[in-house]
Order: sequence, then structure tokens, then C-alpha cells
Amino acid sequence: MSLKIHLNRCKGCGICVAFCPKQVLAVSEVEKVEIVDESKCIKCGQCELRCPDYAIFVEK
Amino acid sequence: MSMEELIDQYFRPGRLPHIWCPGCGHGVVTGCIVKAVDKLALSKDEVAVVSGIGCSSRASGYLDFNTVHSAHGRALPVATGIKLADPKLTVIVVTGDGDATAIGGNHLIHAARRNIDMTVVLYNNSIYGMTGGQYSPMTPVHAKATTAPYGTIERDFNVAELVKAAGATFVARSTSFHAQMTTDLIAKGIAHKGFSLIEVVSACPTSYGRQNKMGGPADMMKWQRDHGVPMVAYEKLSAEDKLIKFPIGLLYEVTDAQEYTEAYEALIAAAKGGK
Amino acid sequence: MSRILLLQGNQAVVEGAIAAGCKFFGGYPITPSTEIAEDLAKKLPKIGGKFIQMEDEIASIGAVIGASLTGKKVMTATSGPGFSLKQELLGYACIAEIPIVIVNVQRVGPSTGQPTSPSQGDIMQARWGTHGDHWLIALTPGSVPECFELTIRAYALSEKYRVPVILLMDEVIGHMREKIELPDNYDEIPQPERKQPTCKPEDFKAYATDESLVPAMPPFGSGYRWHVTGLVHDETGFPKGTPAATVESTNRLHDKLYNNLDDIVEVENFKMDDAEYAVVAFGGAARAVYEAVNMARAEGIKVGLVRPITIWPFAEKQMKALAGKVKHIMVHELNYGQYVEEVQRVVAGKVPVTSYGVYNNEPATPEELLEKIKETFK
Repeated sequence: MSLKIHLNRCKGCGICVAFCPKQVLAVSEVEKVEIVDESKCIKCGQCELRCPDYAIFVEK
Repeated sequence: MSMEELIDQYFRPGRLPHIWCPGCGHGVVTGCIVKAVDKLALSKDEVAVVSGIGCSSRASGYLDFNTVHSAHGRALPVATGIKLADPKLTVIVVTGDGDATAIGGNHLIHAARRNIDMTVVLYNNSIYGMTGGQYSPMTPVHAKATTAPYGTIERDFNVAELVKAAGATFVARSTSFHAQMTTDLIAKGIAHKGFSLIEVVSACPTSYGRQNKMGGPADMMKWQRDHGVPMVAYEKLSAEDKLIKFPIGLLYEVTDAQEYTEAYEALIAAAKGGK
Repeated sequence: MSRILLLQGNQAVVEGAIAAGCKFFGGYPITPSTEIAEDLAKKLPKIGGKFIQMEDEIASIGAVIGASLTGKKVMTATSGPGFSLKQELLGYACIAEIPIVIVNVQRVGPSTGQPTSPSQGDIMQARWGTHGDHWLIALTPGSVPECFELTIRAYALSEKYRVPVILLMDEVIGHMREKIELPDNYDEIPQPERKQPTCKPEDFKAYATDESLVPAMPPFGSGYRWHVTGLVHDETGFPKGTPAATVESTNRLHDKLYNNLDDIVEVENFKMDDAEYAVVAFGGAARAVYEAVNMARAEGIKVGLVRPITIWPFAEKQMKALAGKVKHIMVHELNYGQYVEEVQRVVAGKVPVTSYGVYNNEPATPEELLEKIKETFK
């Protein structure tokens, strides 16, 4: 796992989804971030940088 | 330190999730503050964070420093008392557009005038968010708010120009999209000896965005990306573009102005010397 | 070793503040309290203290709240309109339990009123000026030497109970010059100490208390990092919105003072041992009453003076006892009648309580008081 998600902090705003260049993420039916396809992740860190809720981190 | 470690290090345990709405830019800005403090390797014990009242001002409660959630508009007087009474403390003021430029406007210009060493991070979401979306002195003219249903006819403050004219010696602007720049400017502002203000254009999707049809959280962040232009590039824009975009980065800095608490130490030395 | 001086009440307040260890003053010019700011502007830097003239009255109390958080003993001084402006942050200091001393040299109001004339019209404002349920302490000196003593006492109470203390002066006392004997060396004056935590910083809960109900208050920068807020909070100091949290907070803010009324409430009795009648008066208004009592006694009226030194909390026990002792009470104050309402509440009809309010810009003379005593107690 290169992405670590704190679901309790996530408010499902969708910013990480919109800024992910590789469509790794989606907002689930319960309005939380979910990983669609981690194999595409290039660890660019856009999700971590833009998340206002400290809910997603890229593990180096 | 990784971002996750930074959050664990500088946020108070058990205080997250924060109260801000989905997509609110304030979380990003608050993250930038802790990154700046970490960059400067300051001890948590020597940092005081003082806020007023409003959405932005809730940041103080999450941060593991010496923190004050003061009264509406009054962060700067309280911060002034802290800094003057104990100049060893690094003082950061967290405030919003309404808190700093409406009810606290008088304190803002006078803290700038004194050039007292503190760093104001002004989270500008262009609205009174906590009370449900009324216009502030920094709501752009013609924008809608619950108290300006036909669009506000009031001209908005350019807070950077305001505090510069009042005597601030470090003035900068960034956005919650330009997170790395924001961190860098806050760190520089803290390192600067004197009154520094960093306006950070933040996003309020719940109220300002909705009332002004700006789309969702990601759209508002993209708007920041497309409208905040680094100073050098901004200067080269057409007059038309200058009206709809705004300059970001370090806008103004003076390094040789007398800082207030240092001046006071000199005054004490003179008074004790019988002068 | 001591020195004999001729000082204004306002100057005696300054000496009391310095003697008590005040190291920070934030203020704004306003008649008739300005001399306090002027004198401290000169004296504080000489002892390494800080004086700042803030941009307005609100900023002044804001600055002293901030300075108090760093562990300093602080003061702000004001009058009528300025006291009105300070009310919101006074409430903040109540709920966040920040020790501050506020001097209010009362003048005629409301609004600009009569800026240079004495009044005691802020009695009820001192008690209820800020919004919400709250409790605080107000002391009222009746002489220049007492300005010095009560300022020291204001710091002692403020630090001990972590509560704002209002030194409720009036223009008579503030501007009157009187002989005062001051110690040469203030080092011998006991310095009130703020309670400090005994636990490790990581175990510290900012608003946890022992049986005193007063939490410890480490200064900013000490390693005990804590959060100060005007929101209702629990023992951790963080906001808590539950009904139980509000009840607990409200009760504790009340009880920490009202469990200790014998320590806080001070009343002077003058010729009360055999008195059949009592005049209740305080501050500048009480000064002429001593002489009026002597004059009335020369005419065979057994009257005495009861002088509350602590205005708030109200001297409930003392006034109840008074109602069981005398036949008639007259309350004399420099306003239309404020403190009298509290006396009437407590006396509850047991004996007559007559109001003698004076609001003509001048304190009553002993002769006027004698006339009123004869008329009231006949």
C-alpha cells in the first residue's frame, strides 16, 4: 500500500479525486474517498498536498 | 518528516476531524502553518497561536502550541500583549477576512503601524462562513452573499495594500491551491523580524461557492490555480486580465524598519539609565 | 522604612500596582483615569515592565489578557465609556479565568455624560455589564491610602481566584490628594503567586481543579501548552457543547468565589456597636458620612456607617445581619439608586431601606447628609 487513508477524517469533498492525474481515487457512495486502482499511483503527492482534512497520505 | 508525521507532531491528539466543511480550504492553510513551523525547527513551547472568532479562528484549537481562541476581531490586541510581555515567544495570528478587516480592522492597521514582530495568516474565504454566508469587507464587489442577495455594492479591501500603507514590513499573498508557496511564505513571514501578513485565498464551497455558482471544492481550487498569478507574471498581464486575476507571492518587504518589542527594550534601557 | 507623600488616588493605585508586582499596563486615554496610564508609562520601564497605549479601549483589555497569559501581573484603567467598551473581553476573562485588574474611575454617565464629575453610576454595570451568567470581584476604595491597599488586594484576589478584579473608583477618590505613608521598599510586600501545575506537561489538563475549584495556570512558554477559549469548555480547556458541560462550568465559576465569601467580602463598620440606624455608603460618597455620623450623634441620633469595601460579590451576610440590628437603613450613593436595590433585596422588608441617591455632579456635604439622616431616621 502506498496510499494511507484516514476514513474518519475524510469528508468526501472530492479534491483528491479531481487532482489525481492517474484516476486512482473515487468518492464512494458513503461520501468517502476510495482507491479504485492503486497500481496506477505514481506517488506524485497531489492528493496529500491538497487534502484539506489530512485524510490521505502517500507513503514513501 | 512526512505530512502524516507532521500532523501527529503538531496537531493535538484526538482533535481531528476538524469542524470545517467538506472542501473548505482552511485545512490546507492550517497544514501549511505546521509545515512552516517545522521548516523553521521551532519548539512547540515557544510558539503562541492566537485567533479571533470565525471559521479560520477554529484552527488554534487543533494546534499543539500555546493557543488562544480569543474574541471576534481581537486576536491582534491579545497577540500584542503576549508578544510585548514575552518577546521570546513566536506569535502567529490566525484570522479571517471578516475578523481581521471588519470588526478587527482598527487593530490590524495599528499592529502593522507598530511593526510588532508577529505573523498574521489571514484566511480569506471572502465570506462570513460561521454565521452562514454574509458579505465581508473582502467579499468582491458584486458577489452575492446572504446579506447581499442582489450582489454587494461595497468595494472590497485589498488587505495587502491596506497593511502595507499602515506600516507592515512583510506582505504576501497565496492561495490554498498554492500550498507549497503558502508554506514558504508563512515560514519567511515568521522568520521576518516585524509585522508580517500573509493573505491566503481560501475556498468556502458551502456558502461563498454555492451562492456565487463557483462549482464544487475542486472547481474552487482550480479557480485559485487559474486566477492567482505570481507577481512577476502578473505585472505582464493585460489591464483586462489584471482585473480578474490577482498577484501572489511576496508582495512587499522591508528589512531595516525598527521592530516594536526591540524598540521597547531600548526604551527600558534608557529609562533605567535615567534618560 | 517609609515615606510620607501627598498623592492623588490615581497615583496611589499606580504605587499599589507596582508594589503588587504589576509588570504590564495596556490603556487608552480617558478622563478621569488618565493619570494612572501616564504614571505607569513613566514608572513601568524603570522596573523592566511594559506600558502600551493601545488603539482603543477594547484593544487595551485585549493586550492585558494576552500579557497575563505569559504570567505577568497586569492592569488596565478606564472610565465610563471605556468601561462599556471593555465589557465583552471582561466576560472573556471571566470564562477563560484570566487574572486581570481593571480600574474604573467612575464619572457621570451614561455616554459622555459629565466626564470630569464624580459618580458611582457603574455599580450595576460592574456586576452585569458583560453578557451571560458570570461572577467577578469589585473593590471600592474610600481614601488615597486605601487605593494603595486595595490595589494590592485586587492583585491578590485576582491571582488567587483567577478572576478579573475591578477596582471601582470614583472621580472623588481618583483625583483627591491625601496624605499617604508608603513603604520605601516594596520587596517586603507579599507577592500573590498564581497556582502552578504539579503534574508533568503531558498530563496537564488546563481547567482541572482541586477542592479550591481554581485551576493552575502555567505561563505561555513554560512547556505546559494549553488552549484558551471563550467557548464553554471542559477540564481539558477544549470547547464542549453539552448541557452538562455548561452547567458544570457555570457552577464552578460561581462556586470558586461564593464558597469563599469570608475571604473576599470586606465591610467596614464605623460607630455601629450601639447604632440604631445605619447609613450604607462606599467610596467617595462615604467620606462625608463619617462626619455626618459624628454630627448626628452630637444631636443624640444613634447612627453609624456601614461601608462595603467589596462591592461585588454583594455583602449579603453583613446586610442581613444589619437588618437584624438596626431600625432603619439609608443607602447613600452617587447615583439615582443602584446598590440600594441589592440592600433592599436582602433586607426583604425586615426594616425600612431608604435610598439617598445624589446625582448632581458633586458629593453630598456632611451638612446635607445630617439633614437627610434627621429627616430619614426621625
